[in-house]
Amino acid sequence: MSSENGKRLLETDAGGLNFEATELTLGLPGEPRVTSDGGAKLGSKRGFSETVDLKLGDNNREVKLGHSLQEAAKSPVSKTQVVGWPPVRGFAKRGKKSCKYVKVAVDGAPYLRKVDLEIYNSYQQLLTSLEDMFSCFTIRNYLNEKKIDQVNGIEYMPTYEDKDGDWMLVGDVPWQMFVESCKRLRLMKSSEAVGLGLTTGPKYSSTN
Amino acid sequence: MVCKSWYEIERWCRRKVFVGNCYAVSPKMVIRRFPEFRSIELKGKPHFADFNLIRLKRMVVTDESLELIAKSFKNFKVLVLSSCEGFSTDGLAVIAASCKNLKELDLRDCEVDDLSAHWLSHFPETYTSLVSLNISCLGSDEASFSALERLVGRCTNLKTLQLNRAVPLDKIANILRHAPQLVEFGTGTYTADVRPDVYSDLAGVFSSCKELKSLSGFWDVVPDYLPAIYPVCSKLTSLNLSYATIQSPDLIKLVSHCPNLQRLLVLDYIEDSGLEVLASSCKDLQELRVFPSDPFGAEPNVSLTEQGLVAVSLGCPKLQSVLYFCRRMSNEALVTIARNRPNFTRFRLCIIEPKTADYLTLEPLDVGFGAIVQYCKDLKRLSLSGLLTDRVFEYIGTYAKKLEMLSVAFAGDSDLGLHHVLSGCESLRKLEIRDCPFGDKALLANAAKLETMRSLWMSSCAVSFAACKLLGQKMPRLNVEVIDERGPPDSRPENCPVDKLYIYRSIAGPRFDMPPFVWTMDEDSGLRL
Repeated sequence: MSSENGKRLLETDAGGLNFEATELTLGLPGEPRVTSDGGAKLGSKRGFSETVDLKLGDNNREVKLGHSLQEAAKSPVSKTQVVGWPPVRGFAKRGKKSCKYVKVAVDGAPYLRKVDLEIYNSYQQLLTSLEDMFSCFTIRNYLNEKKIDQVNGIEYMPTYEDKDGDWMLVGDVPWQMFVESCKRLRLMKSSEAVGLGLTTGPKYSSTN
Repeated sequence: MVCKSWYEIERWCRRKVFVGNCYAVSPKMVIRRFPEFRSIELKGKPHFADFNLIRLKRMVVTDESLELIAKSFKNFKVLVLSSCEGFSTDGLAVIAASCKNLKELDLRDCEVDDLSAHWLSHFPETYTSLVSLNISCLGSDEASFSALERLVGRCTNLKTLQLNRAVPLDKIANILRHAPQLVEFGTGTYTADVRPDVYSDLAGVFSSCKELKSLSGFWDVVPDYLPAIYPVCSKLTSLNLSYATIQSPDLIKLVSHCPNLQRLLVLDYIEDSGLEVLASSCKDLQELRVFPSDPFGAEPNVSLTEQGLVAVSLGCPKLQSVLYFCRRMSNEALVTIARNRPNFTRFRLCIIEPKTADYLTLEPLDVGFGAIVQYCKDLKRLSLSGLLTDRVFEYIGTYAKKLEMLSVAFAGDSDLGLHHVLSGCESLRKLEIRDCPFGDKALLANAAKLETMRSLWMSSCAVSFAACKLLGQKMPRLNVEVIDERGPPDSRPENCPVDKLYIYRSIAGPRFDMPPFVWTMDEDSGLRL
């Protein structure tokens, strides 16, 4: 007798399983009942495949649902894999700051924007995003490739204010260090930056 | 409707309107029905939407809407937005500037686009009517402290003030000095370098708050500053420490100072030992919520088990509402809890790992939850977790006659489970289900029941598209919405299960503001895009 059949026997043996004859059932006559205890003997976590019995007998559906359930049965339902479980709302806000919004000012723009530095992994991503945001301006990227603004031919240098209140060129320190110390960003007109001696490119390239 | 005269009188007298599902009724209808209402509370998203199960924005309140409110209602008094999004501080600025009689502005759990903290300055200098302000959800890095202080200073009727995390500890003393009459106060970040002058200032100002009954906030809390609140602890009835990352010994000290506590929200850092102290110190406790400090960790990081909940249910005779996150449970504990606390009205248990069995016997927790519904005859809200079979639903359908809201995840074996609930729970209003093997049969057999409920949410279950269409055709007073990001449901076989299903009764008909991955099943074609 295969283990498969062995399990079936357990399911239909009402002996120790507390199923009253009067219990309501929606199953069609003649269909096997599903037991609740079938899996318990195997340990504290049951696989789905042993316990879900699609009574409607539709093969298509069984295959479709069964497939994903088989996959779930392979590894126990782990917390990290399940979306929205456990149901803790706004967990990111509890106890730790998991987002870091900083203001972005662009010389000449009438309004500021805010970006969450935590969503980027590199300077490249940040600068690309800033370019999208301020699409009418172009930002001089850290590879020193000169990009001229289409409209009025102005270049911008990305700078930031750090924890000490100093204005720094974006790109000199490792990305994570930058994220931690950056308080706000300013895209400075290159003409002004020249005066400050910020014309040499930063140390960190796109490979960081 | 019993009597037309009463209906008319009620219409004209109604001052407060609560709309639990914004799609169930249209604004036009509300206005037509209650032309004299003064305060409105709106809820949108189904509860399970809070947990990233959908990206759908169910309650979008735009700045334009806020502006419309501000400009249209000169005497607007109360605005409570619960779990809403889509607006920014610009919208708030218009409300502040225009609503001269605003008494209450409560933004609990909203996601606000924080453009500038200066919206607070838009309250005119002549404005003094504020009674309640809850801006704890705002995240701006800067807050307009002087504007806040001035606002608080001139609003002498202010009773509730809940600040956001951006307000630092050293600003609180100044704010409280202006408002010693506060009844509810929420701090901002409760951390600072330990300085005796800041500490004594803070302790002094708390001492002068003779009416203070409720405290919250406490982000980033530093234990050294906690004793500053001891002067108010003996009068505290409500304490929300769910953001306070302090350990059990500090929590125990704090809780021991609060003999009149009725409501406690806390992280599981309190541990079983802390809950035992709570049980012996706080005999008036009515509501307890214990949140997980590390919900996604594989191993327990604290010693909090079913024992803590047992202790509190034994020691606190007035306990009626519980939300408890833990990692193990037993039928024995649940039965003990149920027997000791038949006065539970809300019982929400979340065992963190799905389908966790009774750790002592390895059996499902059917019997334990069965005891809860059997003994707690006034139970209105229940959330299940752990290993559960159709059996638990049989108990629920049999005993939970006053149950209004049920939340189910990773439970049950078959349609029988759902059938028990829909056919047995007479008072059921809201049912939310995820990852359960419930399919078409129970749903279709109990279609009429759905009209007596506010809503039903089912995600990752086994309800087919065909059944959804049928339901939509047969039940014109229900909105049957299929939410599926895999594409149109008719691009798959009819018997394919839908991803998410949201069914609610509505007198406003199908809505038309849905994103592309939501389809309403209606009586015409069975599919409306």
